[in-house]
Amino acid sequence: MSGEGAALGARLRERDLYAAPAALNLLESTTAADRRQAAALLKEVSPAALGGEAPAHVIGVTGPPGAGKSTLLSALLHAWRDDSQGTTGRARTVAMLAVDPSSRRSGGSLLGDRARIDFDPADRGVLIRSTAAGERLGGLARATRAAAQALAAAFDIVVIETVGVGQAETEIADVADTVAVVVQPGGGDVLQFLKSGIMEIPDVLVVTKADLGRLATATRRDLSAALRSLGAHSTPVLAVSSLPPPSGVEELVRALDEHRAGMDLAGERLHARRAGALSEFVIEHGEHGLREIGGRGAAETLLAAQEPGLEVPALVAALERQTSS
Amino acid sequence: MSSDQPARLPEHDRPWMMRTYAGHSTAKASNALYRRNLEKGQTGLSVAFDLPTQTGYDPDDELARGEVGKVGVPVSHRGDMAALMDGIPLGEMNTSMTINATASWLLALYIVAAEEQGVAAERLQGTTQNDIIKEFLARGTYAFPPGPSMRLIADMIAYTVEHVPKWNPINICSYHLQEAGATPVQEIAYAMSNAIAVLDATRKRVAEERMEQVFGRVSFFVNAGVRFVEEHAKLRAMSILWEELGRERYGVRDPRHLRFRYGVQVNSLGLTEAQPENNVQRIVLEALAVTLGRDARARAIQLPAWNEALGLPRPWDQQWSLRIQQVLAYETDILEYPDIFEGSIVMDGLVAELLEGARAEMAVVAEHGGAVEAVPYMKGALVDSHRERLRRIESGTQVVVGQNRFTETEDSPLTADAEGGILVVDPALEAEQIEALRGWRSRREQAAVDAALSRLADVAGGPEDDENLMVPTIAAARAGATTGEWARTLREVFGSYRAPTGVGEAAAATPDEQLSELRQEVSRLQEQLGRRPKILVGKPGLDGHSNGAEQIAVRARDSGMDVVYEGIRLTPSQIAASALQEGVHVIGLSILSGSHRELIPAVIAALRDAGVAAPVVVGGIIPEQDVAALREAGVAAVYTPKDFDITRIMRDIVELVGAGANGSTANGSSANGSA
Repeated sequence: MSGEGAALGARLRERDLYAAPAALNLLESTTAADRRQAAALLKEVSPAALGGEAPAHVIGVTGPPGAGKSTLLSALLHAWRDDSQGTTGRARTVAMLAVDPSSRRSGGSLLGDRARIDFDPADRGVLIRSTAAGERLGGLARATRAAAQALAAAFDIVVIETVGVGQAETEIADVADTVAVVVQPGGGDVLQFLKSGIMEIPDVLVVTKADLGRLATATRRDLSAALRSLGAHSTPVLAVSSLPPPSGVEELVRALDEHRAGMDLAGERLHARRAGALSEFVIEHGEHGLREIGGRGAAETLLAAQEPGLEVPALVAALERQTSS
Repeated sequence: MSSDQPARLPEHDRPWMMRTYAGHSTAKASNALYRRNLEKGQTGLSVAFDLPTQTGYDPDDELARGEVGKVGVPVSHRGDMAALMDGIPLGEMNTSMTINATASWLLALYIVAAEEQGVAAERLQGTTQNDIIKEFLARGTYAFPPGPSMRLIADMIAYTVEHVPKWNPINICSYHLQEAGATPVQEIAYAMSNAIAVLDATRKRVAEERMEQVFGRVSFFVNAGVRFVEEHAKLRAMSILWEELGRERYGVRDPRHLRFRYGVQVNSLGLTEAQPENNVQRIVLEALAVTLGRDARARAIQLPAWNEALGLPRPWDQQWSLRIQQVLAYETDILEYPDIFEGSIVMDGLVAELLEGARAEMAVVAEHGGAVEAVPYMKGALVDSHRERLRRIESGTQVVVGQNRFTETEDSPLTADAEGGILVVDPALEAEQIEALRGWRSRREQAAVDAALSRLADVAGGPEDDENLMVPTIAAARAGATTGEWARTLREVFGSYRAPTGVGEAAAATPDEQLSELRQEVSRLQEQLGRRPKILVGKPGLDGHSNGAEQIAVRARDSGMDVVYEGIRLTPSQIAASALQEGVHVIGLSILSGSHRELIPAVIAALRDAGVAAPVVVGGIIPEQDVAALREAGVAAVYTPKDFDITRIMRDIVELVGAGANGSTANGSSANGSA
């Protein structure tokens, strides 16, 4: 079925949300034929094809299990879908990529997250897709990077949700424009990881369960102090309660928007695509393959010389041409 | 036994209260059934409500579709309750209601129905189940989040102790825990921890000197399985722990208030679809567990019917179970002796063993912060226990006669009739019920209903220790509000909730040969599909019995599939949206409430509307004669309780996905995106 990938890509570029499920099926597939189609799909939504960076705000949401991510995402979803809230003054379409870390001992996985996110199934402006992290370390499923890039052409917001703290947000920071780390009151891990530098400083910190009162306030204060001591004065720390009556969600929506407005989007996305291409090349061809094309430095130089509007598979192909030459 | 104790009681004990868990179709039909049952010698009522009533929806709600009048009687307002109790003297009757999330509402309707009969609330006797923790753990008919749910329970206990003093406001249930796979130790420990959570919550709502009385009004609803010697020991252990708890934690002195009082429904989980007549002897033996020893004998008994694994029992099937009780009580000599196990070394040893295990497990629950906080832990533990049980049955180490051993059989004349020996509820009843409800709404004084509901919302939104929620609830019942309106009002204030599924916590299985083979098969399929086979498992409708779906989800994961498990209470459009968005290769649906004939075709229509072509398999209590209709509607395979080998079911599913993949593109696309 030649042209299927290109057709889906073109539909996403036209912001046809109905193309998203089939596009994801293709991007997740590992057969050789599907990977060719997936490359064609991504070409159609590349900055070159779009005439600029994909319009969506790609947001990474991560935090330890039990921190209340699902409840928080439900509340955010309602705020984004409600045109009376937020800074854009209109309802925004949302795609959520939930990456589940669950066990691969058996090879299988249980993806239970969408059940905890409350949304109207008839609302075609919302898509939730669960994937298992698989054998990959770093918290992201193989196809998550590509999925986020493709969906960013069609949706207003693309959320990547991962579980964990420490390593998990390193890779997510590459893919997402904005990273929010979610902490529950008393969440000492995040505090320790921040202080010790295991964890990169997130763009936004969210303390959930603000209804717990003193404990939530204390956690918020500790995190703010830690950030100050690290010199991160611009990272907002927000307290949110999802219990009725909810509080803090509007402020969070605003803080996320403000981060996106203040960043160098083109620069960061370009960096992300080049870093993504390099790591994909290494996964495919190993360190040996990397040496064959002259090592990491040479690869980076080569990537830097490519057109900035190219999609990841095209960049990988550019590296691969060096192998065969 | 000491020799000076007489071997016989000077006077026979009075029999326990005999009930039949009953109700279906309409209030009027159920009222006729109750009257007939009472004429047959039943001594109390046990009301089965339908799922919309149990979960707080009116019959015209989208979620109620297919469920109205199925597993019980629909009661939407005081008019329905009056019709249900018509001609039954509520001043004398002892009525047990299996109602939980909406218990305060149904008790309010009962109080108002009694008022209309001229009977004061002080005279009412009976029980509301009102145990929400086990709904989160096992039965699934919850409506509100844990905090507000506990508040409703505490308020109702505080209210009844004062105003309906003969009422048992809560029945702590270990019954459903065993149905969900609990071991005897888990059953004891989780029930006692649950009771502690309830009593602690109530302590904040009543005067200290009332606690003695509150403790005395808490009763239990237990299960009894076919291992009836151990099961009897379990009840003795529970009564020891209960007394200890009363004395030590709540300072109860009066021995009457310290007594462990329980009702029982014996085990349904162990009843088989294969050779269903064998269930009769299982039920008899289980009844012995709760009647043999005088020191731990049930106060009230209801027995399941022999054909529960086939479908809804008919009045005749239920009569058979009532007669079992009557033969036990009136023909045998069990009521003539003091406790026959006193001094038994074996019994004492079993009790000590169970006590030790239960105390250790109670300590674990306490470490989690008590029963409410420990719901995810307990749920995961139950899913694990149930999986173990199923593996024992699959491997044959646990014998189930007629199912995994001695399976050769003659055709059963009991299931030979056209309906297969079960009750079939007329599907037209749902429309009639909706019509009647609309009539009720148009006849009542709307302004009074609005005012009552707005008052209810105010109290619910106010501080917890302020006003008792029972007061505005009774006022709303009097004004003519409906079950759905009452629950919606509270949902708007309290928020909605989804209980943990327990499947994420379930440990990975140690693979046996069959499972390893299957995993290889799944890997091959993955190569072919380009993606790991992905299955959506969910329960449409209001039925909360999720054991089967959970076990399928866990085994699918253990077989190497990616499993999207969404849990209970899904609408067809939710299932369709999930299947489309998740790009699943196959969909597994589970229904036990008898609403499959309406819901399954609705789900399939929603899937096809969404452009999802993935095959659908169905599991649950599906009568043989409905299978053809489901297949006609597009179901690829139907599994019933006789299909106990889950690994085999998995193999079928993998084959099904494989067959589909051969006929389409490599990406096996269920969603072609052209919707």
